[in-house]
Amino acid sequence: MDNVIITRNEPTFIGLSNYAEILSEDTFHQALEHTLFLATLSVIAHFILGLSFALLLNTNLVSGGVKAIFRVVYILPWVFTASIIAILWRLLLNPNGVVNYLLIEFNLVSQPIEWLSSRQLALYTVTFINIWAGYPFYMVSFLAGLQGIPDDLYEAGKIDGANGPQLFRFITLPQLKPIISSLAVLDFIWTTHQFTLIWMTTGGGPIRATEVLSTYTYKLAFSSYEFSLASTTAMLILLLSSVLAVFYVRNQRLAND
Amino acid sequence: MIRTTWPVQTKIMIKVLVVVGLLLGALFAGLPVLWMFASSFKSNTQIFAYPPKLIDSSFSLTAYREVITDPQQRRFFFNSYLISSLVTLSTLFVGIMAGYSFSRYEFRFKNILNIIIIGVQSVPPITLMIPYFGLIVSLKLYNTYWGLILTYMVFTLPYAIIMMTGYFNTLPRDLDEAVMIDGGSSSVILWRILVPISLPGIVSVGVYTFMLAWNEFLFALTLTKTNDMRTVPVGIQLLMGQHSFEWNQMMAMSVLGSLPVLILFLLFQRYFIAGMAAGSVKG
Repeated sequence: MDNVIITRNEPTFIGLSNYAEILSEDTFHQALEHTLFLATLSVIAHFILGLSFALLLNTNLVSGGVKAIFRVVYILPWVFTASIIAILWRLLLNPNGVVNYLLIEFNLVSQPIEWLSSRQLALYTVTFINIWAGYPFYMVSFLAGLQGIPDDLYEAGKIDGANGPQLFRFITLPQLKPIISSLAVLDFIWTTHQFTLIWMTTGGGPIRATEVLSTYTYKLAFSSYEFSLASTTAMLILLLSSVLAVFYVRNQRLAND
Repeated sequence: MIRTTWPVQTKIMIKVLVVVGLLLGALFAGLPVLWMFASSFKSNTQIFAYPPKLIDSSFSLTAYREVITDPQQRRFFFNSYLISSLVTLSTLFVGIMAGYSFSRYEFRFKNILNIIIIGVQSVPPITLMIPYFGLIVSLKLYNTYWGLILTYMVFTLPYAIIMMTGYFNTLPRDLDEAVMIDGGSSSVILWRILVPISLPGIVSVGVYTFMLAWNEFLFALTLTKTNDMRTVPVGIQLLMGQHSFEWNQMMAMSVLGSLPVLILFLLFQRYFIAGMAAGSVKG
């Protein structure tokens, strides 16, 4: 196995036929769809959670010491590596685990739910875990961004008679806009690469229900030993990331001007 | 931040809402982690006991003792510490020297090198998995420490070089000139003057590098084969047996495996958050 990609001494050029083969695969289409679903939903939820937590941590209503403790707790998911997060959620979401126990206890469901091994739910569950794991990065960036908004703007807004939601809509959000767009693009790129979390929670299963581009590539290479096809999907991931990276760079330029 | 002239009742209500929001958020973020911690003190038969309790009668340090005394699991930790430390030291050494030359010297292909360094940073690891597998195998570094260390440096060095170049750029060249006039060489300028001044920056690059190496999974999985070369993130997976799951040991290992990062994070929170924020705003 170790030598399978270096023993072929005379590679032959086959043009784009690997790309034609991959692009006609149903599995590839599914993996692409799952990846885009996972990334889109994660970015939206990360944004909402990250901003809400940052706003909560930025109020004057609670003392600084209390906020410092809450901040550390809120950052916790970010301190753990993906393989540990995967194991932890497998424990929590186990059919006999504590999440199902609470749901049954509060009469929200009547039977334990197979969160990670049901074909209908697995993709949503994995997305939820990815949301839990990823929002602190947004929160920390938004906190820094919020602290950078000059108080004068709010004072001026209030003199003009704006209420809380209006201040938020017309001052806070526009001021955070450069951070929001950079974060969204970066996060989208990172989530399209996410491998560990999916590999260790579902392994792409059950029956490909959570197969994403990265697990698909890994399986092509190290389960089917189709190194050339795996390289093709890897190149397609790179292409997807590059397109997104172009947006990111353009965004940065606009923000810096 | 937002000070308004609302009636007292509304103010109290907003305060209550904020506190409730803060508590709900803390439950969302903290409960899973608390459950991990609690489960690591249970016996494996009590993990899914009904009804679940945070602390039950089986409370003991057995899982930790088993992880610490098991030679294989000790090896995972040894490997992780060794690899992460060597990656950090090598990355800092190369990063400091490269940053110095990018900051202070003009040389051929400087711009192209710069673009390559920034470009490498944005290539997804999964794309590099197959070429690196081939490369590491043909260099006879498959299933060795150096195979992993060199691969990790590909991901840690660009950030280190970019950051170090940035730090050195903020230091005035007059410093260098003063040392030169006193007869000091460029290595004296770098190691005796510039490095001590930029220590906070070096520390934050070091912490970032260590965390990245400590947490890496994909290459640790693909570039090693035998259990004696596995690192902690991959080692945890090996505790998931075919038939039985050693949940309490997996949780104990997760706690132990997160400690170095948690400690580094708590110690260097300030640097780290500032660096992260700067990174997301300025790129």
